[in-house]
Amino acid sequence: MIDAFHLARVQFGFTVAFHITFPAFSIGLASYLMVLEGMWLRTGNQVYLDLFKYWIKIFSIGFAMGVVSGLVMSYQFGTNWSQYSAKAGPVIGPVMAYEVLTAFFLEAGFLGVMLFGMERVGRKLHMFATCMVAGGTFLSAFWILSVNSWMQTPAGFSVGADGRMFPTDYWQVVFNPSVFVRVPHMVLASYLIVAFIVGSVGAYHLLCGRATPAVRTMFSMAMWMAAIVAPLQIAMGDIHGLNTLEHQPMKIAAMEGDFDPSGPDGAPLILFGLPNMTDERTDYKIEIPHASSLILTHTWSGRVPGLKQVPPADRPYAPVVFWTFRAMVGIGFLMFGLGLFSLLARWRGRLFSNRWLHRAALVMGPAPIMAMLCGWMTTEIGRQPYTVYGVLRTADSISPIALPGIATSLAVFAVVYFTVFGAGLMVMLRLMAKPPSTGESGLDPNLPIRSAGIHPGLAGAVPPGTGAASPLPAE
Amino acid sequence: MSTETIATIWAGLIAFAVLAYVMLDGFDLGVGILFAAERGSTDRDTMVNSIAPMWDGNETWLVLGGGGLFGVFPLAYSIILPALYPTILGMLFGLIFRGVAFELRFRARTAIGRRLWDLSFFGGSTVAALCQGLTLGGLLQGIHVVGGQYAGGWFDWLTPFTALCGVAVVAGYAWLGACWLVWRTENSLQNRARRQARVLGWVMLGLIVAVSLWTPFLNPMFEKRWFNWPGILLTSPVPLLVAGLVVLFHWGIERRHHLTPFLCALAIFVLCFAGLGISFFPLMVPPDITIWQAAAPRASQLFVLVGASVLIPLILAYSGFSYWVFRGKVQPGAHYH
Ligand code: HDD
Ligand code: HEM
Ligand code: HEM
Repeated sequence: MIDAFHLARVQFGFTVAFHITFPAFSIGLASYLMVLEGMWLRTGNQVYLDLFKYWIKIFSIGFAMGVVSGLVMSYQFGTNWSQYSAKAGPVIGPVMAYEVLTAFFLEAGFLGVMLFGMERVGRKLHMFATCMVAGGTFLSAFWILSVNSWMQTPAGFSVGADGRMFPTDYWQVVFNPSVFVRVPHMVLASYLIVAFIVGSVGAYHLLCGRATPAVRTMFSMAMWMAAIVAPLQIAMGDIHGLNTLEHQPMKIAAMEGDFDPSGPDGAPLILFGLPNMTDERTDYKIEIPHASSLILTHTWSGRVPGLKQVPPADRPYAPVVFWTFRAMVGIGFLMFGLGLFSLLARWRGRLFSNRWLHRAALVMGPAPIMAMLCGWMTTEIGRQPYTVYGVLRTADSISPIALPGIATSLAVFAVVYFTVFGAGLMVMLRLMAKPPSTGESGLDPNLPIRSAGIHPGLAGAVPPGTGAASPLPAE
Repeated sequence: MSTETIATIWAGLIAFAVLAYVMLDGFDLGVGILFAAERGSTDRDTMVNSIAPMWDGNETWLVLGGGGLFGVFPLAYSIILPALYPTILGMLFGLIFRGVAFELRFRARTAIGRRLWDLSFFGGSTVAALCQGLTLGGLLQGIHVVGGQYAGGWFDWLTPFTALCGVAVVAGYAWLGACWLVWRTENSLQNRARRQARVLGWVMLGLIVAVSLWTPFLNPMFEKRWFNWPGILLTSPVPLLVAGLVVLFHWGIERRHHLTPFLCALAIFVLCFAGLGISFFPLMVPPDITIWQAAAPRASQLFVLVGASVLIPLILAYSGFSYWVFRGKVQPGAHYH
């Protein structure tokens, strides 16, 4: 069981799970910062500026960790999945190149201005930089999810005699059949992640008795997002399921724990049970008659697939997929519940005084991250045994790297990720434990904000022609 | 356009991305390497602040080099990465420590924490530079391929030649970093950087000569390129120009110019890179896989080329804008701040 192949998979799953957590946070938080800065420019209310400066410090740390862990990902395809790269590279490599050209450069190019440029450029230009960073994270999500969706529902290509794939229609490659469900589902997931973290920080400070205007504002904003986005996400998940039923029926069978395809009476929904791959049945199951047909086909007795329709070697490993899917859906409904709770409290005028609401919001902070990781595990493990669904098997995607190499690098990855990203996370938590203050400083906690602007180079010390001494644009 | 022409254009674009990376992240990493020689904490802060707003953009050229290779030369990507697995991973780990240290060294609450993040900034930069040199050397000396896949051993990349390349890249980046600091800082920090730049300039010259003399003997093709007619017409100006720039560099240093040394150092990097290009062309993976063999199908290449021809100029424009915003001498308290 422990061979280079499985360790390479573990390594990919481990590094990508770490990576995706940061971008998901960055995508949502960049949009939130854009909203905060926009509100500040429109209303001139200091509270929004304070919140902006408070969250941008946390954003800068998360973003840096997203960048360095992402750099690792872009090389993992070659180091661990070289056969996959050689065969599928001609089709999806160009799509990823577009991600770099349109998204990564955009984010990185304007990040410096967004983080450090408040006093160097005018307000409008700074707002523009913030929008470019937020837009860049969104574009990046679009492209990479397009790549991932293509691996789930490949289209627009043909396979040559040597197993290499050739693009025939890039429109179909990029806008493949599942990209339209995967992008909104993931973007909503990032919004929920940020809503719940902001809400959790707000709730913490409310519980500590620091109901400042900034704390109230962020808690209220977060609860609106939870109440609106959680139901949207559930609806989007339903649409996603229908799409998966159409294109990846075996994944649905694994998610549902169905080994036998349904008969004329429709399929029951297995609420809980233990899928058993060797005996080809789900043990100890608790079922609701007809419910699965109802959810998946929106009819009383619609047909639902079963794993026995394909040979055992072509089946995904159901026990994991079954449970990760339930965890995601369960957390989704819990979040919906919190949204409703907040609406009720708001309606009663107790949004800032109901301690049970605050306690619930505090503990629910990390829940959407869990849901997102469970969702990805459902998607990725449910796609097995293929990397490109129905076309290229995972076993035929691997690099010619021996066990000791993979084992060593995996061990180093584990140690480095836990220490470095663990340290980063501690710093983020420490920043969150302090409430936003009025006149919040910029990125530096030790120094007061500088109202004098910056100091251009001393004119005399600079050789002519470097432009270093020119005056700054007026605010 | 013929398929061959498109592949050649792409090879040029990837080379451009790698060169842009080497020049830009080169001085970033160099500033990190020079941490070893800098004790004062204010000066260290100034050094980091001088690159804090641009390092992410600079590093993105590396993503373009890797991502571009994946997209347009998938065969090369799938051979080079497994063959140089340890050096690539070493580089990535180095970049992780370096990148995270940017944010966290300013937030350390204890002196020890601060020390550790400074160490990780220095160590990460040095390891990343060393591994990039090893990767370059490993590629130059050739990769053993059978049936389109890497067929060599675990430590094929480790030879005296690659070790020399590793040291050369570390020294070269440190040199670029010192020249950058001469341009962007003032007073005692600038004076120290000037002294470092002068010494490193001589060290670099020695290393460039050593690598250049060794390279032609790695592969008979390289040798033919460099010493036979008509190749010599193209190759002989390179060493002459380097010599001229070295003179100009030292003149700039002695005259206490701020920008001249940095520009000369960058130009010398460009020339060394051009020299490599002369040796390499039209190989993609020495000793025998050419650009055209490694290329993705025409449709893939064309698809990205259309976008790249609009997007790369745009990227250069807004990256330039960002450098412009942060122009001028860096003050000790700037940015993080
Ligand atoms: C662009 C492609 C792509 C993207 C965006 C993702 N994955 Fe993936 N994933 C793969 C491409 C891939 C892959 C290269 O295709 C793997 C490696 C082996 C395999 O079968 O699929 C894989 C495997 C893989 C595995 C191991 C599955 C197994 O081998 O049984 C896990 C747990 C994840 N992924 C998790 C994730 C998570 C948490 C992601 C969130 C970002 C994610 N994947 C995004
Ligand atoms: C396995 C697949 C993935 C690869 C190879 C990958 C690659 C990368 C790379 C190289 C970077 C750093 C770019 C830079 O230097 O700025 C990065 C950052 C980023 N990635 Fe990924 N990524 C993957 C999965 C994802 C997914 C699934 C998403 C979104 C849904 C995503 C969204 C982002 C975003 C928004 C950033 C910007 C940095 C940040 O926000 O922290 N990535 N990724
Ligand atoms: C509560 C109702 C929900 C339903 C019915 C639902 C449904 C689904 C389905 C069917 C998949 C697809 C698996 C596949 O075909 O590949 C999926 C994937 C996913 N889900 Fe959910 N989901 C729900 C809630 C959530 C929540 C609350 C989050 C996170 C905050 C989330 C995050 C994800 C992610 C990240 C993926 C993988 C990416 C993708 O394939 O889009 N889901 N979900």
